[in-house]
Amino acid sequence: MPMAWRKFVNSLMLTVTAVCTVLTVSTLFLILGYLLWNGASSLDWDFFTKLPLPSGEKGGGMANAIVGSGQILLLAVAIGVPIGVVSGIYLSEFGGGFFASLIRYTADLLNGVPSIVIGIFAWSVVVVPMKRFSAISGGIALSLMLIPIATRTTEQFLRDVPNSLREGALALGASKPRAIATVIVPAATTGILTGLILGVARIAGETAPLLFTALNNQFWAKTWREPIASLPVMIYTHAISPYEDWHRQAWAAGLVLLMLVLVANIAARLILARGNSAFRP
Amino acid sequence: MAASATVSAPRAPEGRTFFTRLRAGEETAYLFCLLTACSILLVTAYLIFQLWIQSSVARRQFGLGFLWTTIWDPNLGHFGALPFIYGTLVTSLLALIIAAPLGLGAAIYLSEMAPPKWSNVFTFLIELLAAVPSVIYGLLAIFTLVPLVRSVIGPALEHTFGFLPLFKGPIYGVGVLTAGMILAIMTFPYIISISRESLMSVPREQREAALALGATKWEATWDAVVPFARLGILGSIFLSLARALGETMAVTMVIGNDPKIRASLLAPGYTIASVIANEFTEATEDIHLASLVLLGLVLFLITIILNAGARLLILATTKAGMKK
Repeated sequence: MPMAWRKFVNSLMLTVTAVCTVLTVSTLFLILGYLLWNGASSLDWDFFTKLPLPSGEKGGGMANAIVGSGQILLLAVAIGVPIGVVSGIYLSEFGGGFFASLIRYTADLLNGVPSIVIGIFAWSVVVVPMKRFSAISGGIALSLMLIPIATRTTEQFLRDVPNSLREGALALGASKPRAIATVIVPAATTGILTGLILGVARIAGETAPLLFTALNNQFWAKTWREPIASLPVMIYTHAISPYEDWHRQAWAAGLVLLMLVLVANIAARLILARGNSAFRP
Repeated sequence: MAASATVSAPRAPEGRTFFTRLRAGEETAYLFCLLTACSILLVTAYLIFQLWIQSSVARRQFGLGFLWTTIWDPNLGHFGALPFIYGTLVTSLLALIIAAPLGLGAAIYLSEMAPPKWSNVFTFLIELLAAVPSVIYGLLAIFTLVPLVRSVIGPALEHTFGFLPLFKGPIYGVGVLTAGMILAIMTFPYIISISRESLMSVPREQREAALALGATKWEATWDAVVPFARLGILGSIFLSLARALGETMAVTMVIGNDPKIRASLLAPGYTIASVIANEFTEATEDIHLASLVLLGLVLFLITIILNAGARLLILATTKAGMKK
């Protein structure tokens, strides 16, 4: 083949692949721009302070959904983080045999389970025995999604801790649990925390597992044992409704949710990128 | 492991039985971590068990025929999974046809062609894109993609390819094509980030050898790097397929929710995840509920098999890269 042709193909493919990249990346800006455009004009103080109004009426807000999302996430974190982190410690510090690989593999498998199936599971083990939809079941459903994420990130960041730290602690006479608690885990805290933030940001936008666990609620949920509103479910119900004013609310809620998720992601990734270089021996 | 063995050896000779170590806290910590980790195993096993038990009524009544029965009418007691299986597969495949070439192109650019600084920025943005919740994609799709398909893309496709049954019939805006498009947008961040990692784990000698033989940058990439990473790239596509199959919200909001098998991509359809999302809380009869759980079990099995395959492929690539 003549050189000119090969050079032409080279620059052509450079352009084509660059266009692919720009096309894909531009969707992020389209999403952001469109949400900002529609959401910012719908966002007002009422959105954060008032309850939703009955369908068709103008005004109202989503205060209960914002608090509800917080409650569900709190429960998910309270259950998911301890289990996930301790399992991660097991995989990194005690694991190594067949059993550890089995757990690692199962965690990945659980991570790949479609969120709607997680919803069915939480429904059958919590909603059916309790005979009612509840905030508890929603929190448990989301915690099931958080556990594998927390496990794998904890393991990964603990593995990045240099072995010299482990050996140093043990050489000073620390028992293994003491070495883990006072040297190894603290060395990886930043990484683990940012990993957990990413995990929480991911489950914060999950809708499908909440549809038939936490359900929805137009009012404040007074206890943990009753249906509760959440931002993602509110966005869903408002977006598919025929009412103009509900669409407006959906845009506002979408903007708030996306901002929360993106800010958490950007913060976590920036911390991660900065901390990454500190550890390299 | 090795470190702890060498350290504890000197004081080990007498009386370091299991119970003394238990009292010293070492075995306690070990057991505590082990038991916690076991809970992951138990939960997953219990999940499969529950799907199996809760769907028992439907399994007993329909048997395997459930999978290829085409009628779904809860009011008359007909429950067949085929329209949903068809809708799920078609939307996911459509998504891959759109997303795989785009994603692979972008991954090649980011890993091989782009200046490192740009590559980092773009990769960061693509990771952000992967974090956007599904319901937000759905919200945007309802108000942008649906009108676009109804008034521009649909008519254009019908005009050019109208002789094919794929693009015939009325255009509603909502439908299989729209669902496939939004799924494509949702899956390419995964394809890009995993393919990019596979490409980057290709040893540098591979590129250098090709360049030293006089290959252009593109030739080195296409003939020496991409073939080396092909398993990982395939794995990334499998993994995205598994994600697309289980994707619920965005699809539910734009597919039109009609349990019929139609040849046209412009017609409404239904997916497994969507029907569960829509009908689960409304299902009053046991058989209806059990059928929905059974659909969930089918979806679970499909995604698990795909996931397992994808992970093996990705693992094979990274191992091959390390060996060199």
